[in-house]
Amino acid sequence: MSAMLNIQRKKLSPPLIAFLLAVALFLFSSFFIAGGTGLHGIADRGLNILRISAFLGIIAAGQTLVILSGGEGIDLSVGTTVTLAAMVAGWICNKQDQNIWIALLAGLAVGTIIGFINGIGIAILKIHPLIMTLSISGVTTGVMLAIYQGKVLGGSGPNMTRLISLPIFGGLSGAVIIWILFSILIWVLLTRTRYGKNLFAVGNNRNASRLSGVRVPQTVIIAYTLSGLIAALGGFALLGFTQTVYFTLGGAYLFPSIAAVVIGGTTLSGGEGSYWGTMSGALVLTVVDSILTSIQLSPPARQIILGVILLVVITVYGRQRSLRQ
Amino acid sequence: MTFVTMAALKDNLKKFTQNKTFLLPLLLLVITLSVNFFLQPKMFDTRVLGGNLRSYMPLIFLAVAQTFVIINGSIDLAVGAEMSLVAAFLVTRLSETSTLGEFVLILLAGIGIGMLAGAFNGLAVSYIRLPAFITSYASSYIFGGIALLVLPRPGGNMPLDLADAYRHAAILGIPFGIWVIALILIVWSVVRATRYGTFLYAVGGSEKSAYASGVPVSQNRFVTHMVAGGIAAIAAVFLALNTGSSDARIGDAMTLNSVVAVVLGGTLMSGGSGGVAGSILGVLILSFIRNIVSYTNISTWIQPLVDATIILIAIASPGFIRLFHRKEIKAK
Repeated sequence: MSAMLNIQRKKLSPPLIAFLLAVALFLFSSFFIAGGTGLHGIADRGLNILRISAFLGIIAAGQTLVILSGGEGIDLSVGTTVTLAAMVAGWICNKQDQNIWIALLAGLAVGTIIGFINGIGIAILKIHPLIMTLSISGVTTGVMLAIYQGKVLGGSGPNMTRLISLPIFGGLSGAVIIWILFSILIWVLLTRTRYGKNLFAVGNNRNASRLSGVRVPQTVIIAYTLSGLIAALGGFALLGFTQTVYFTLGGAYLFPSIAAVVIGGTTLSGGEGSYWGTMSGALVLTVVDSILTSIQLSPPARQIILGVILLVVITVYGRQRSLRQ
Repeated sequence: MTFVTMAALKDNLKKFTQNKTFLLPLLLLVITLSVNFFLQPKMFDTRVLGGNLRSYMPLIFLAVAQTFVIINGSIDLAVGAEMSLVAAFLVTRLSETSTLGEFVLILLAGIGIGMLAGAFNGLAVSYIRLPAFITSYASSYIFGGIALLVLPRPGGNMPLDLADAYRHAAILGIPFGIWVIALILIVWSVVRATRYGTFLYAVGGSEKSAYASGVPVSQNRFVTHMVAGGIAAIAAVFLALNTGSSDARIGDAMTLNSVVAVVLGGTLMSGGSGGVAGSILGVLILSFIRNIVSYTNISTWIQPLVDATIILIAIASPGFIRLFHRKEIKAK
């Protein structure tokens, strides 16, 4: 409660709070947990956090668009989309360099198709987003098993790995640079295009948007399609990082992708939020995860803490109005 | 001439299908049941039927739990984790030689744990007023994590003689599972007739109107979540009795199926309508689909895809029907 009051008094926006929280947690963990390794050590650790956050940050962008679109919007298929796109890309690359572009296009196409089907089901057939995206994630898993059939699945090309993992510019890895460029694109999309304005309007009030001439179904379909496309991009980047594909590759990003959006202050009812909040949310989650890893907490305990963090954040930001009001 | 009658027939069909949401699950059930019966003529043998029902039982209870919350206008994405948690508790506290007395005691404690987990969700959703789906999604992580701490590796024990008795139980030659389903339906019709039952639908239909007419909205929603947790715990008992052991991750995939079963059974996600009988039909439809797919000679690598696609089509079909009707309205 007191945190909420503070926001109102000092006009601290949730994205800024999340960003400051990430920085504070990072400094705390650098000084008290990793032990003083000097300025150089801290910078290294910071770059590493950025490098790991990039994947979650990219994947969570799609989740941001979908949640912004409102109507209890959520995309629970991002995890399996990430894995399937990585699988298809790795399969086409087959550890060689010559087909990287085809692999990228094929991966993105897979994600776009999945997202488009989600959009049609939700906006045209009026299936609840939760059920639609969960069912699609079941179908995607089915496709993965049908492709896999016990074979070895290829992997990323050497150039891809180089591009994603190695430092390119001022110690920043390719993944981070891709993330920065990507975030500019999303920022332009959300704040400088008509589609962005429509998306916020639709998320705020569907009826009012419809009456003022916004094509609501189209806007929603595009949000889900972009979410699939972005998840696939995340899958491709992740493939460059891990070099091989395994079944739980993307699933691990589903829960954090939602948590990052919520921590960044995007309201779950839609129509209010920002991508820069989600980016800060991704940083917070990555720092927390690195702290939990360095104090050697078991995976179940980490899972519990993640759940508690999300609950606390919703309690601070996500309370609905009382019926009395 | 034939043209006119065809048009009249089509018109009648449209009138008949309008606003009858239960028709689709019934039709699906008849189709899946007949195909299943064709592939497995022995499916109504007491032994085969009993075995099938035992494997359906955990999902039936989870779907019943989910029905309560969805009718109430809420959702519980933690039912699977609640079941995993209670099952983990049961199989680690009981041994192969536990007596009936110990079993009853642990069972009651397990149901208590389930209700506590449900009450946790209920508190967050009704009194703290958090959005239900994200709250229960978060709590499913917490409950699932605790289940993993309790039972790190799949295993555990149930009393051998009890599990054995459960596997062979039949009253009047009718498998135990049928009696359980009958009991669920009787209890449900009683609950529905109580004041709580009336409020359950009223809150789901319109929170605001319910509140304005003096229904204790928050209390009703809290109790509903707690009841759902208790029912998920009963699902855990049937699960553990059937397999004699458990796995802390077993409930994860079943949460989706519980929601799908409720939707297939004609209960609306928006709340305020539907019932438990439809959801049980929903579970049977899901199980028959799975049976049919596994009976065909499709490679096991392709089966999950076929399975998931059929479920997706089943979920999408009311939308197609609505589209069909809407076009007709527009034409008029």
